[in-house]
Amino acid sequence: MRRPASFRRLSDLSIKVLSSLAALVGLAALAWILAVVLERGWNAINWEFFTALPTPPGVAGGGLSNAIVGTLFMTVLATAVGVPVGMMAGVYLAEFGRTTKLGSAVRFTVNMLMGVPSIIVGLFVYTFLVLPAGHFSGYAGAIALAVLMLPVVARTSEDMLGLVPNALRESALALGAPRWKATLGIVFRAAKTGLVTGVILAVARVAGETAPLLFTALNSPYWPSSLNQPTANLTVTIFNYAMSPYPDWQQAAWGASLLITAGVLVTTLTARFLVGEARRQ
Amino acid sequence: MKTKISTRNLSFFYGDHQALADNNLDIAENRVTAIIGPSGCGKSTHIRVYNRIYELYRGQKATGEVLIDSRNVLSPDEDVIELRRRVGMIFQKPTPFPMSVFDNVAYGLKLHYRLSASELGDRVEAALRSAALWDEVSGKLSLPGLNLSGGQQQRLCIARAIAVEPEVLLMDEPTSAIDPVATAKIEDLIASLKERYTIVIVTHNMQQAARVSDFTAFFYQGEIVEFGPTKQIFTNPVKRQTEDYITGRFG
Repeated sequence: MRRPASFRRLSDLSIKVLSSLAALVGLAALAWILAVVLERGWNAINWEFFTALPTPPGVAGGGLSNAIVGTLFMTVLATAVGVPVGMMAGVYLAEFGRTTKLGSAVRFTVNMLMGVPSIIVGLFVYTFLVLPAGHFSGYAGAIALAVLMLPVVARTSEDMLGLVPNALRESALALGAPRWKATLGIVFRAAKTGLVTGVILAVARVAGETAPLLFTALNSPYWPSSLNQPTANLTVTIFNYAMSPYPDWQQAAWGASLLITAGVLVTTLTARFLVGEARRQ
Repeated sequence: MKTKISTRNLSFFYGDHQALADNNLDIAENRVTAIIGPSGCGKSTHIRVYNRIYELYRGQKATGEVLIDSRNVLSPDEDVIELRRRVGMIFQKPTPFPMSVFDNVAYGLKLHYRLSASELGDRVEAALRSAALWDEVSGKLSLPGLNLSGGQQQRLCIARAIAVEPEVLLMDEPTSAIDPVATAKIEDLIASLKERYTIVIVTHNMQQAARVSDFTAFFYQGEIVEFGPTKQIFTNPVKRQTEDYITGRFG
């Protein structure tokens, strides 16, 4: 006996409705967050916000220039440390350690590291760098962020290099290229967009981290003239200011939230755009 | 007629699986030798030993000897990079590098020679002319190699291989991913290239083997069943298995 078509149509429809609803809930949450951050944060954004140092509660004016620069410095330094190491680990995993025991051990460790809560990474760097040095520092903050970037870059690099067909490697080697030249000159070039995308996503990921900085860079009301001291940054500033009872600090926290959100949004969109470009080629 | 390549008791293993068993073959210089046989019979595996490209993968192992100009290239003290300059390879799917047409051909040249910009340009042009591609791409040298058609890409790969002045060209089903018109062009090219190179071509297409080759080896289950002049293999094979395969009774 044939099953009635009406049942099939009904179940088809209900799945469509349910999955659309689920997608809508996700989108709505995102839109809501963006709308609130934009609405509340917009008023805090002015010229002074970018150029002035913070003021004590009750004193009008002031900005978060120190936190903006601190976050920028630490993110750049974290990228400079985390990306080369992560990418080389990715090269090892994709090119040399694909089937070796060491390769699987490294891959397992990288996956574990990716799942470690960022506050644990902060504590780890606190024990290794902050305690021996005797003070919080921007360097420790950058290292904590670099440790967070490492597994993300390693895994995306491995995946992107893994997408390069073996025929391309063989073609380069068959012309008499040594392995390292084939990897850097041909395989990297073929995977270029994917590798860049992985780096951008890793940067976006750590730029919004708060927990690892709480134990490392801490925060500071002063200009970050050196990273060898507690260093102002946007995320811990948001944390401190949002918890404070002062309306002008809370206002500044909204402004910082808007800035971080916009920054992460722009970097992520850049990454998406690059991926799209790569697909079209 | 001089022998360019001789294999002696060549066996090959993928881990524990033996893919080639005691292959003995003499390949004549400046001739086209075709290797035919059903899928999985070891045709590609056999030529992938000649330039030791299989060494890219762990767990793959060759035993026996491959003598090129009477020297065993499987010996550990062979310079693999120089071997691969002398023994070029063309793959099943065209594999242009993600760079311009010019840079594709220049890549190998830069690996092996120290050339001035003008010498480099001359060598690239000469290679593209030899690959019968110059007239089609002379105005597009700075465009990405991947923008060319499939047949042009494969000729670009041939140009890239012959630019470094090899003595042997290994072709692993070079036309199986290419349309019939482009295939005809590549077959013509093979005919002209054999004046300068020793060519070994693996092919699924028996008409192709009959058209382009001087000698044919029939492989079955990792063994060389029959080897001889192409005409003889296709008109008067000695072995029953060869005849069955040629006439399409299996494979």
